[in-house]
Amino acid sequence: MTPSLARSAPPPRFQHRSLAEYVGIIVVLALVITSVVNTAPPLDTLQRGAARLFAPSGFLMQMFPPDFTHVDRIFWKLLETLQMAVAGAALGLICAVPFAILATDRLSPHPLIKTAARGCIAFFRTVPDLVWAIFFIIVVGLGPAAGVLALMIDKIGFAGRFFAEAMEEADTGPQDALRAIGASRMGIIFSAVFPACLPSFTATSLFALEKSVRGSAALGLVGAGGIGVDLKVAFDLFNYDEALTIILMMLILVVGVEQGSSWIRRKLI
Amino acid sequence: MNAPLDAGTTLAGSTLVGPVLRVSDLVKSYGGPTILNGVSFEAYAGVSLAVIGANGSGKSTLLKCLIRLTDPTSGRIEILGHEVISLASRALRRFRSRIGVVWQKHNLVPRLSALSNVLHGVQSRLSGPRSWWQWAATDAVRAEALACLARVGLDDKALQRVDSLSGGQQQRVAIARMLMQRPEIILADEPDASLDPQSGEDVMRLLSDLARQDGLTLIVISHRLEHTLQFSDRIIGLAGGLITMDVATQQADPIKLRRFFDKPTE
Repeated sequence: MTPSLARSAPPPRFQHRSLAEYVGIIVVLALVITSVVNTAPPLDTLQRGAARLFAPSGFLMQMFPPDFTHVDRIFWKLLETLQMAVAGAALGLICAVPFAILATDRLSPHPLIKTAARGCIAFFRTVPDLVWAIFFIIVVGLGPAAGVLALMIDKIGFAGRFFAEAMEEADTGPQDALRAIGASRMGIIFSAVFPACLPSFTATSLFALEKSVRGSAALGLVGAGGIGVDLKVAFDLFNYDEALTIILMMLILVVGVEQGSSWIRRKLI
Repeated sequence: MNAPLDAGTTLAGSTLVGPVLRVSDLVKSYGGPTILNGVSFEAYAGVSLAVIGANGSGKSTLLKCLIRLTDPTSGRIEILGHEVISLASRALRRFRSRIGVVWQKHNLVPRLSALSNVLHGVQSRLSGPRSWWQWAATDAVRAEALACLARVGLDDKALQRVDSLSGGQQQRVAIARMLMQRPEIILADEPDASLDPQSGEDVMRLLSDLARQDGLTLIVISHRLEHTLQFSDRIIGLAGGLITMDVATQQADPIKLRRFFDKPTE
């Protein structure tokens, strides 16, 4: 091969890997395979399930046609679900702001406070809202109050992180300019940081509302109020046609909120 | 151009006798190279002082040290009777409220109106929501902010978002914000650097006129020789972390000054 051809030859398709890389690949493959073998349903179970689902007297057939007899009651429960979502999102977003400020490098008064705030946000975000719902049912009893509190804590974790990231990324020039004239920390936050972060805050808040609406529908399954309670009762009593009505109305609510928030995002940002 | 003033001169608007600013043996090091290596100079009330030097000579670091946006490594800074380096947090805020700063980049909040941005200048004197948002401000504060905008010729743009204004207009809004602060000394860090030549000259003339009208000391970091000669009473040149030139502008030799600039400006 001439030197010029050698220079233009394509690179090798596969690069030589180290022993550590091979071990890593084997560990990942082993993890995936053992997970699937131990937890995924075997093929015959899937076949039996599908047969039950599509049998003439099966679950799917019993769902159709949907039963609209109690649509008015479902509507009011759905409204309660929406109210839970709005209340939980609003309270969570309001509480997320101070957490986010304390978790931000430039705005937190002390590194220890920043670490504590970040820890709280991470903890709130890591624990699922259903677990929070069970916790608050123990604290305040069954009903929508527990659901609102669960959604609030979940939203502090969700929005706190994104609010803090938005504040970290905000242009520091206006903040420095106000700091240079002796403005207070609160003055800098309200005058320079929040206006700069408004588009990001708006987008995060609308996503939080969407997440809250989806979450609130499920919280009733553990007794934390909303339409989820009726859905669970309908399934428990084998009223699958009524359950389908509830699912369809929940779908309309979630899609409606998502469309509405998308429209607001387009208009505001 | 202002006539250079002697030490001890008292101007209208100032009750201070002697230098309003005195820097002694100022050293600033960021761990590695020493940026400022024993800088000493004084500035008197009502004087316009230009600080010149090549890129990296420490001009901006000097300005940041003056208001403690960065802490000097050693030395003394006395401004308006304050021993700046020893000021505690609250006292530092009170001191900063007396110093107006105009930045190379205007550092306005882009989504807000010109009036809102100017109103932020009142935070040097007032705190609380009434100084944060123009809709919450008192009528007196709103009127003063509008008057500041009028002084820079932008009262007709008061409710326009600043990001819809030209670069020169944005720098004028930044100057109006500085006026709203009612400063006793103005520090300006290359306020004409990011502007076209005409806008840059307009901004420098405006700044110089406002300082003269109010009898304020103006310390300008300058990167344009023609502006240095046109709008200053005294020039100090920084090189290698030291002041290697300190001269009244009337006696300055443009050829010697040119050495302090990175490239010809004319």
